[in-house]
Amino acid sequence: MTVSATATAEVFSLEETAPEHARAIRDSRPLRLITCGSVDDGKSTLIGRLLWDTKAVKEDQAATLHRDSGKQNDLGLPDFALLLDGLQAEREQGITIDVAYRYFSTDRRSFIVADTPGHEQYTRNMATGASTADLAVLLVDARAGILEQTRRHATIASLMGIRQFVLAVNKIDLTNYDRAGFEQITHDFKEFALTLGVKQIVAIPMSALKGENVVYDGRAAMPWYDGPTLVETLEKATTRSNQTVGFRLPVQRVSRPGESFRGYQGTVAGGSVKPGDSVVILPSGMVANVSKIVTFDLVRNAAVAGDAITLVLDRQVDVARGDMIVAIDSQPMTGRGFDAQLVALQPDGIEPGKRYWLKSGSRRQRVSVEPVSQLDLKSSKWSATDKLGMNAIGKVHLTFDEQAIFDSYEQNRTTGAFILIDPDTNNTVAGGMITGRRSEIGGIHKDDQRVLLSLPADLAEKIMATELFANRRQDVDVRHTSAGRAAEILADLDE
Amino acid sequence: MSDIRPEAEAKHSATQKPPLDPHLKALENEAIHIFREVAAEFERPVMLYSIGKDSSVLLHLARKAFYPGRVPFPLLHVNTGWKFAEMIAFRDKVVKDYDLDLIEHINPRGAAENVTPFTHGSALYTDIMKTEALRQALDAGKFDAAFGGARRDEEASRAKERIYSFRTPDHRWDPRNQRPELWNIYNGMIRNGESVRAFPLSNWTEVDIWRYIQAEDIPIVPLYFAEKRPYVERDGMMILAEDPRLELLPGEVKQEGVIRFRTLGCFPLTGAIRSNATTLDDIIAELETATVSERQGRAIDRDQSGSMEKKKREGYF
Repeated sequence: MTVSATATAEVFSLEETAPEHARAIRDSRPLRLITCGSVDDGKSTLIGRLLWDTKAVKEDQAATLHRDSGKQNDLGLPDFALLLDGLQAEREQGITIDVAYRYFSTDRRSFIVADTPGHEQYTRNMATGASTADLAVLLVDARAGILEQTRRHATIASLMGIRQFVLAVNKIDLTNYDRAGFEQITHDFKEFALTLGVKQIVAIPMSALKGENVVYDGRAAMPWYDGPTLVETLEKATTRSNQTVGFRLPVQRVSRPGESFRGYQGTVAGGSVKPGDSVVILPSGMVANVSKIVTFDLVRNAAVAGDAITLVLDRQVDVARGDMIVAIDSQPMTGRGFDAQLVALQPDGIEPGKRYWLKSGSRRQRVSVEPVSQLDLKSSKWSATDKLGMNAIGKVHLTFDEQAIFDSYEQNRTTGAFILIDPDTNNTVAGGMITGRRSEIGGIHKDDQRVLLSLPADLAEKIMATELFANRRQDVDVRHTSAGRAAEILADLDE
Repeated sequence: MSDIRPEAEAKHSATQKPPLDPHLKALENEAIHIFREVAAEFERPVMLYSIGKDSSVLLHLARKAFYPGRVPFPLLHVNTGWKFAEMIAFRDKVVKDYDLDLIEHINPRGAAENVTPFTHGSALYTDIMKTEALRQALDAGKFDAAFGGARRDEEASRAKERIYSFRTPDHRWDPRNQRPELWNIYNGMIRNGESVRAFPLSNWTEVDIWRYIQAEDIPIVPLYFAEKRPYVERDGMMILAEDPRLELLPGEVKQEGVIRFRTLGCFPLTGAIRSNATTLDDIIAELETATVSERQGRAIDRDQSGSMEKKKREGYF
């Protein structure tokens, strides 16, 4: 199969909201993106180039760079990597340790970039940067192609909910602008991305060092490529929003400036709300109506996901920090057992049965965590485990002392996300995403009719990638096992 | 010229004020979320207030976050005794107009040992009068969380700092061992004596600050606007020559010119720029074509590369 360069310009056509015409910077929130790739693929150079060509780097900062490095590249430009590697240890070791956040804008839009390290031991920073990103730019060296680290980063990014990818095939100048090589890499990546369920991919051949296809087009050197530059692609990408799901307000604090006023302050985490709406307070289950939405500027007639508001209800109900006010007709899952995927962020990993603090929204509660399986990033297969080491991606069972409230991460990236905090060190040890609720017996109610089905793993994966499946994920119990063991289980049933 | 525009009037007559564009609205929402989270999770928060434009925005956001209630924590101004006179007048009016609690702290060593920017050099002076003074004030108030107006676009080491930036009991920052910060879920768990610096403006840029000041009609110190002012040239900077304590060195002459300040700190260490920007529109237009960064006018950043990281590790904001 050949992938033509023009075909890569299909861009994010699945999204209905990206208009063709120019949109002013003022018309959208900043696009958050993450850059990732293997060591030496030129991430820092790429971001430096973006900042330089969009005029986000000022003369005195460039002068500091010149002074510090005494180094220039052969185009007489400063060493961009030094611009980003802000910590002294990084400058000394010539590597990126931590996530750096950078800001630039074009006439159409502004951007927040999380530049994350390529070294494997810093995978946790990659997960950190990906958690808030709308889009991932994956860098590969045109000479080296897709590496294990590329696959690892793409997997983490997709796991963290990123659906838009740019494959930046960098250092294309060093291959003499080899079109066939670019197309091969694009093909390889698309094939891999399919297994992740990622379809929105734009592949761009570029030279970050020379500034080709980053902000300015590289037509002179690559007449065969007529797709968008990186910046054009970013300008058209969509920002994610939780507006189309049910209303959610995790209560951060209760405002009682006087006897006559009682308001619930928080940031709308899903859907929208207006006065008169009926809401339920979770976990108590009490019902009330919204009487008004108060902000500093004026009393508003509606609020949508992302808005920081103060909600006033029409009756006296007991609401405290950590509660969630939700739409009466579209409620989240509540329960004491949930399934989740998580990324282990600290050297001690995740210990089976240990009780951690879990924080989600404004709610913090005790949870015990039981690792079930771990993702092998080389083979993309899950295998059973009871312990997760640092940087491991695993599936776990969560068991709470008290009722917990979640949406699936798939449906709501705010109310489906959580962090785990080690009570011994107070450090953040994992970032997690809820996949579904578990009830008494493995997520299955006793008397419901069920079907057990033994499928080849690849077919099961395809089925699980469908929308119908995703929507009812919490009703399904999935276990991976060998064909032989499956046959035994089914045979046992027949008896 | 009045220091503070009648804000209350502006607000209520301006119910017609156009809504914020989605970009600024997103930044505002994020900042308010952080303010509320810190206020709810910590026992004794405080807000660092330096009187500059970022502090003015920070204060405005705090008032919005807790409306209709009062701002539920005090403001802390670490004074050095060498601030621009107009800054202090502005500060006092803001505190009165908005019914705020202000704590002012000046390191007693300043007076006792006569520490000045002229006698001790900018590095040592900053260390004693700002970093050490801040530690003293935070210890005295037993504050477990301190809001600051730092932005990640200001400086390379700040670009790597978390929104909740963890500090040891002696206020140290370990940049290599920061807690991961995912989504907008902040880990506020600390032990006794430890603290967190919280940065609601982390994701704002300088242009965002100015556009927000304009959109929200936020009062700022008039030194930000161009005006004919006396100055002397020293170390390549234009220093405001109004304070009688500024002694002219041999060869220096007092001049006059239309100048303004892009950042405000201690007057002997803050350089003015030549500018005709007398309105917010002018300032924003000037910024959009600016070729140098705002910290260029700050003497303390020039000492050495990585100097901000070093200062921050020792407890500077």
